[in-house]
Amino acid sequence: MIQTFFNIEIIAAAWPIVLSGLLNTILLSLIVVPLGLFGGLILALLASVKNPLVRWPLMAWVDFFRAFPPLVLLILLFAGLPFAGLELGGFACVAIAFFLNTGAYYGEIFRAGIDSVPAGQVEAGRSTGLSRLQAMGYIVLPQAVRNVLPDLLSNTLEVVKLTSLGSVVAVPELLYQARQAQSLTYNPTPIVVAAIIYFLMLWPLVRLLSRLENRALAGRR
Amino acid sequence: MSTWDRFVDTFFNGKVMLKYLPDILSGMVVTIELAVLIVLSGLAAGLALALVRSLAIRPLNWLIIFIVDLFRSLPPLVIIVLMYFGLPYAEISPSGFVSTWLSLAFVLMAFSEEIFWAGITSVHKGQWEASRSTGLSFGQTLINVVLPQALRLTIPPLTNRTIAITKGTALGTVVAVTEILGEASSAVSNSYNPSPLMMGAAAYLVLFLPVVVLARRLETKFAWKR
Repeated sequence: MIQTFFNIEIIAAAWPIVLSGLLNTILLSLIVVPLGLFGGLILALLASVKNPLVRWPLMAWVDFFRAFPPLVLLILLFAGLPFAGLELGGFACVAIAFFLNTGAYYGEIFRAGIDSVPAGQVEAGRSTGLSRLQAMGYIVLPQAVRNVLPDLLSNTLEVVKLTSLGSVVAVPELLYQARQAQSLTYNPTPIVVAAIIYFLMLWPLVRLLSRLENRALAGRR
Repeated sequence: MSTWDRFVDTFFNGKVMLKYLPDILSGMVVTIELAVLIVLSGLAAGLALALVRSLAIRPLNWLIIFIVDLFRSLPPLVIIVLMYFGLPYAEISPSGFVSTWLSLAFVLMAFSEEIFWAGITSVHKGQWEASRSTGLSFGQTLINVVLPQALRLTIPPLTNRTIAITKGTALGTVVAVTEILGEASSAVSNSYNPSPLMMGAAAYLVLFLPVVVLARRLETKFAWKR
């Protein structure tokens, strides 16, 4: 059993491939997380304009991406756009799909955060002579982010996990490289190693989150 | 042909759509089957684990926490690939459908256990003591007093998670499950036209948009009072 699923020789042979996958996963995460945060921030700032003409389309936008599986979005870009003469690489498709999908999720979180800051804060800030934008940037956002930090972290965890979808469109991230190594060696060890790497990489974040969440929910009573 | 006509002819080609509509519909049936199985088994297993955890048996709780952490930190696609491409080396060959179902059910189990558990611990200790002192057993207290309060609290985070994980049925296409995305993708390569993909996208919206809207309502109804 250990010979099959955790073969040392195979690990040694596949290690360079798996390692390059890990580096790409980290790189991909470093790109798509800020991209999603940026998209989310834009959505939340737009939503803070209390105009129903702005707010309703935004709500529809967010609901749309909550209902739409990210893999479908990715395939739509990767396999659909070439028919319109637009041939984007797997990497660009991942970046766009993540910007849209995770942006919607981050947007909801930021919006909840902004809503959680009492209106008096803005009024006080405005009365000291700050502009609307300044009040938002210096007074509301810092408090909003602190209030929803666990949710932001939790979504970031999901985004990092989601980078594994890149394997479907041939982005050479961890899962893709592990699959390559598996088919080269006729042995499942590389996938097991990839799973262990994901676990070791994300476990600390999961531990932290589970503490934060327990505290948050327990504090509501 | 104008650009617009060409666009419509490419992405919303009536003939192609009509031809592959039955395939997409059968894909929808598979997606619904998978989704229902995942939600039922995942939530049931999550609740069961949370109840076992409330018995406070140390070694058992460590095991539960480890399992939950494991399935929270592994990407669902990695679990599916591991089951479908890895297990056959151990002479167990689950189908793509079973691999997707079990993988996502495990993930939902892990997330929902955390949420149920947080709900149970959030019920004030006095509630336990009061109900035990009226002569109710541990089990009766749990079911009649604690759970009704705990579950109410868990609804907003739970609906969110459940939808996010159930959408993962699309991952089944990687292991050859003939759900919506799988049917749509093979129709695209057979017809060399992206219209089936647009139909597939619409099918997901038809299935999941009502759930998302319903969830939003539930969330507002059961929102945490501040």
